[in-house]
Amino acid sequence: MGKQTRTNVILVNTILVLIVIIWSIPTLGLFISSFRNRFDIQTSGWWNVFPHREWETVLVADPKELNLDPDSVMTVEGVQGTFDQLREGVSSPDGKTQVIWVGNKRLGRIEVQKQVWTVTWDFTLDNYKQILTPSSYEITKADGTTEEVPGQNMTQAFINSLAVSIPSTIIPILIAAFAAYGFAWMHFPGRRTFFIMVIGLLVVPLQIALVPILRDYNTLGLNGTFLAVWLAHTGFGLALATYLLFNYISTLPRETMESAFIDGASHFTVFTKLVLPLSVPALASFAIFQFLWVWNDYLVALTFLGTDPSFKVVTQRLADLTGTFGSDWHLLTAGAFFTMLLPLAVFFALQRYFVRGLLAGSVKG
Amino acid sequence: MAQLGTTQDQKESGLTRLIAWLGRLFVAVIIPLLAFLVIYFGFIFLRDTKADRWVIASVAIIWGVGGVALLYWVFNGIVERMPDQWRMRLTPFVFVGPALVILFWYLAFPVVRTFWLSLFGRDGPPQGANILQALQSDAFVGLSNYVSLFSERLLQEAMRNNLMWIVFGSTLSVALGLIVATLADRSKFERGAKSLIFLPMAISFVGASVIWNFMYETRPVELPQIGLLNAIVVGLGGQPHPWDKWIAIAPWNNLFLILIVIWLQTGYSMVLFSAALKGIPEEIIEASRVDGATEIQIFLRIMIPYIMGTIITVWTTIVIFTLKIFDVVWVMTGGQFGTHVIATQFYRQSFTARNSGVGSAIAIILLLAVVPVMIYNLRQFKEQEAF
Repeated sequence: MGKQTRTNVILVNTILVLIVIIWSIPTLGLFISSFRNRFDIQTSGWWNVFPHREWETVLVADPKELNLDPDSVMTVEGVQGTFDQLREGVSSPDGKTQVIWVGNKRLGRIEVQKQVWTVTWDFTLDNYKQILTPSSYEITKADGTTEEVPGQNMTQAFINSLAVSIPSTIIPILIAAFAAYGFAWMHFPGRRTFFIMVIGLLVVPLQIALVPILRDYNTLGLNGTFLAVWLAHTGFGLALATYLLFNYISTLPRETMESAFIDGASHFTVFTKLVLPLSVPALASFAIFQFLWVWNDYLVALTFLGTDPSFKVVTQRLADLTGTFGSDWHLLTAGAFFTMLLPLAVFFALQRYFVRGLLAGSVKG
Repeated sequence: MAQLGTTQDQKESGLTRLIAWLGRLFVAVIIPLLAFLVIYFGFIFLRDTKADRWVIASVAIIWGVGGVALLYWVFNGIVERMPDQWRMRLTPFVFVGPALVILFWYLAFPVVRTFWLSLFGRDGPPQGANILQALQSDAFVGLSNYVSLFSERLLQEAMRNNLMWIVFGSTLSVALGLIVATLADRSKFERGAKSLIFLPMAISFVGASVIWNFMYETRPVELPQIGLLNAIVVGLGGQPHPWDKWIAIAPWNNLFLILIVIWLQTGYSMVLFSAALKGIPEEIIEASRVDGATEIQIFLRIMIPYIMGTIITVWTTIVIFTLKIFDVVWVMTGGQFGTHVIATQFYRQSFTARNSGVGSAIAIILLLAVVPVMIYNLRQFKEQEAF
């Protein structure tokens, strides 16, 4: 039994570590690539930053000096081959040496290569500088020449994302908290019907609202403003927020509330002075949830924020980059990692609250 | 009026009453007016300003959040100054009213409006026409948008792809999440492993698309591959392929897009299953071990039935999620190579082709697809006697 348990533990850990490695590789590749210079990204895989064996030329020789006849079988450093074979490169039987004929028969040269352990380490912050700066940016190439490249000004998109995300997080929470309190602790006609409406709207896909709301925004002249996006995120996040906060606020101890009412406090006072402070854990859970949702949103921003580049949020700018610079991986990797910085920081700092929010929530429309 | 000022007493009380009334008027009218003015000028400033980005963003945040709080405070103030009977009646609506108005405007009423639009041609009902005039106009096409959706190849393809998303996406996310949660539960590295599997949840779909575009990057066969997947395939002696953009294997190239969402969503299902597994009483598992059950039997016969409720919840959530999948497909392939899904067709029809009739019909189909879940949620709610 004891031995079997130990093999089980090893098996469990091995499989788990394997899955974790597979899961982390894509992000790791992006992260590493964003610091490689653009020549390296285009010519070698990012995994070359890890120690690997590579052919390195150790000897260059003139075939004539070695008295080689290109029209027959030649022997160099223990490797045999005809001219055509050597053009392709021939390896020695032990695989440690490779001989290549570079060039044509008359003017070529012989290169002897050995396999050596190496790393491709030439890290740079240029990719990030180019992504962030609003003005054009000068990069120095490997051969010493410089080139002017346009900056992508993602700093501006970052500020826009903040201006969109912070109110889009706080406003729905505030409105939902008021509503949740109303549903939990007040009596009014239609209370049950209205709450059923909230439950029913939990899973309504937001696509249903995009065209009508866009028409309203056109009429009101709200298109392309932050307010339009705040209200949209508020509308689409409100059902879930109300439902989650109701679940929490309705379980607060009745006695605490009642003693406050007996002391003559109004609902407004009880809500702001008592319920809000007591609900901080639930508010925080939903806040993180909503913040990540809004920060990472693409569809709502795309629909309501419009095409003015100076108002675009980070996801829009990144999607634009994939369209215009589809294979400029030095820009895309740096840009993608830049957009992920804040959500990852929030995620790692407040993971417990985030998990709690997920456990409390069911479905979002 | 004639009685006013007949005696000194009445005159005085009339005056104080007038002053009190004016005071009340001031509080009830002037303060709300001031509040609205502040909010209005904030709006004008934000609309017209050419100030620095940081200034605009800060003002916008303060204005937006502060404005909402101010509105609640003002409305509450107005209601609290009303006679008792009205105060009692209206206070609840100060609390729930704004939420209900917004939910109605942004979700409930658009269902009707989108359905209405789906009955008309590409430009919607004629401007300024009332319901009857609209129904009699040429723009009214009845259900023919729906008919053309089901008979045309584009939506059929999108629906087939969405079905693949639902079947493979949700099933694999749930299965993998369950496996990881079970393994992590028995491992010393539980916290670290769960954190790393969970991490993609914080990444946007656009970001994930860049990550996986890079994984799938294809180079001509004679150049070194810089995408990991093709590097492995070539290293094993195969040919490089564009994977998600590989039209030759359609519809199976969709699986390479689905893989991205599995990568993102497994963390979610893992977290929920992990919490559910920890809720299984240790005695049950110990007892079955004593009875000689193997670990696999325990997993299949005890753990899975015990957390079946959670499995259904997670599965439904991911199904709804994959039903509306948009960003990944839009950024990765733009719907080309046979990868369109319902939500990308919706976007294309509504905003690129500007055909609001067909676009709205697609949105209604999307809504119909989630109706069973909606009914299930409502039934669950009605079973709770608590409300």
